[in-house]
Amino acid sequence: MAQAIPAGQKWWGGGKSPFNVEYGKLMMWYFLMSDAFTFGAFLISYGTIRFSSNSWPDPNEVFRAFPLMGSMHLPLVFVSLMTFILIASSVTMVLAVAAGHNNDQKSVTKYMILTIIGGLMFLGCQAWEWTHLHGEGAWWGRNPFTNADGSVASTNFTNFFFTITGFHGFHVFSGVVINIIMLIKNLRGDFARRGHYLMIEKAGLYWHFVDLVWVFVFTCFYLL
Amino acid sequence: MSNIDTNTASHDTGHGAHGAHASFDTKPIWRTFWILLGITLVELMLATIHLKTGFPPKYVLNGIYLILTCAKAFYIIAEFMHLRHEIKNMIMTIAVPALLFLWFVIAFVTDGNSYRELRNRYDKYQLEQNDKKVAPEGGEHETPPAKKPGSPE
Repeated sequence: MAQAIPAGQKWWGGGKSPFNVEYGKLMMWYFLMSDAFTFGAFLISYGTIRFSSNSWPDPNEVFRAFPLMGSMHLPLVFVSLMTFILIASSVTMVLAVAAGHNNDQKSVTKYMILTIIGGLMFLGCQAWEWTHLHGEGAWWGRNPFTNADGSVASTNFTNFFFTITGFHGFHVFSGVVINIIMLIKNLRGDFARRGHYLMIEKAGLYWHFVDLVWVFVFTCFYLL
Repeated sequence: MSNIDTNTASHDTGHGAHGAHASFDTKPIWRTFWILLGITLVELMLATIHLKTGFPPKYVLNGIYLILTCAKAFYIIAEFMHLRHEIKNMIMTIAVPALLFLWFVIAFVTDGNSYRELRNRYDKYQLEQNDKKVAPEGGEHETPPAKKPGSPE
């Protein structure tokens, strides 16, 4: 359901954005496209290597721990919690954008704070997971896990895991930094003075993209 | 420069007044949230059922995961990123290049599969590596090896 366009509207006649979006927002979309191809290249090379291997470590054996649960076998539970946190912070981000549309500065502040908390929680979870895996002996170039069929695994698995989740985690981190900057600008009243909250929307696009990438990372590393 | 800026800005707020952004009320946001959460829980449930019973087979499951993942991606892009409500030309500038991924995934994954088959056929060293099983005490999360009856300690 695309935006309703008045009949006979001359979009390309000049004087207005032919896509009816602000320049910066459009460029954010195109930046995200290029970023999507970067992540796509990472994930597809991971897929290629995995397809070229006769066997691969079983994610349910590798990712089975939960904080404070000791050696209990809880596959997928922790990573599902991380997914939930990221989706929830995506929701608060849309709510911030919606509040911005209503020029509601207080609500924008509230939802931006919630989004930042969500992002920090996700980063904390990831830090815990990395620490845990590192403690088990996994790192770039080191793979303590055996393949699902019991044969010796190469280090491809850990290399891809740490590189891709690391790159994603770095995106989350920069997203949190951007959100904090937006929160400060909002508290200073910059957007209220400007009369629109387009910057919040652009930060929001980036934040949703981080969530979008996680959906694919989640599937590729933990489910397949 | 600033002229253009204010132009687009006033244009945008003008639209808000006309209700073109009426979809920004919070109801569809929460609906999308529940859909995403639901899909994630279904994936989790399927994975757990598979672990306990071995059903459905992994190949079927992987197909289901991929479809569900694409569904989640659609909802995030369409609703959270609001792309569904943009102008069709703009949607196309995003959607058409994204179609490259279809080629990208299929081409590379079949290539990977082909490497595996070629290596298994021609590279004997690779086959030997695959047959080498880990000694039980080498595996971190293997059950500890049963003590040999005559071994010391």
